[in-house]
Amino acid sequence: MRTDTKKNDIILIAALLAAAAVVFVIWMAVSRTGGTVVVTVDGDEYARLPLDKDTVLEIKSSGGTNTLTISGGKADMTAASCPDGICVDHYPISRTGETIICLPNKVIVTIEDASESGADLYT
Amino acid sequence: MRRESTAKKIALFGMLVALGFVFSFVEFMLPINLGIPGVKLGLANLVTVVALYTMGPTETLIISVVRVMLAGFTFGSISMMLYSMAGALLSFAVMALLKKSGRFGVVGISTAGGVAHNAGQLIVAAAVLETANTFYYFPILLVAGVLTGAVIGFVSKLILERLKHIK
Repeated sequence: MRTDTKKNDIILIAALLAAAAVVFVIWMAVSRTGGTVVVTVDGDEYARLPLDKDTVLEIKSSGGTNTLTISGGKADMTAASCPDGICVDHYPISRTGETIICLPNKVIVTIEDASESGADLYT
Repeated sequence: MRRESTAKKIALFGMLVALGFVFSFVEFMLPINLGIPGVKLGLANLVTVVALYTMGPTETLIISVVRVMLAGFTFGSISMMLYSMAGALLSFAVMALLKKSGRFGVVGISTAGGVAHNAGQLIVAAAVLETANTFYYFPILLVAGVLTGAVIGFVSKLILERLKHIK
């Protein structure tokens, strides 16, 4: 049984971390602070809200309800009926492409550019 | 490979499935939340890695699948089971292939397995939600997979070194 750490292991780990860094840098370069919050339920658009206007939205889906709070230019899931509450623990989002996903309720909250129509992304 | 009696093999199977099940339960009870969905230590992967080295690929696959189904039916949900299964299968496939290549040690194989596990879950999430948006998590999950996979790999190495003396 050979269990020793080899040079290949280090190369593999370095390559994976480098790949993550590259993807992250590209993502940071292309994303900006967005203007529109788009909510989809089960793949269909549910609501489209401006990020600069403070509001609270109740999202009703077949799975239950999610409460989305937009405040201070950031969108945050503040309550959810799902058992795990992963979406509630998610940090508030504000950059284009950032997404909060509630898997049990199939709710996706994502940030888009104000100018972008975005419709083709979801159909 | 040394021949093992059926009874010994069955006992080992049962033990590893039970151990994996307990690890899954511990992680279910004490989730480490970093505000990023899908990031967890993957304690049960410890069993997968150890099984891969001590029992062989077919046995490891059986243990992983049984463990995921048991955990899913006992304290998870069908959707959770789907994600775990995708992660477990992809992780197993990558680790079995890398081990077969003989070019990597336990830590490297476990790290690749951790990354593959996260990638598998991400692919299922993208398919279920019908959006490619989930891939924005990819860099985070990649780093998380490397870290958790490396930790599990180091621990597996320690376990395997001790298991060497038990025949």
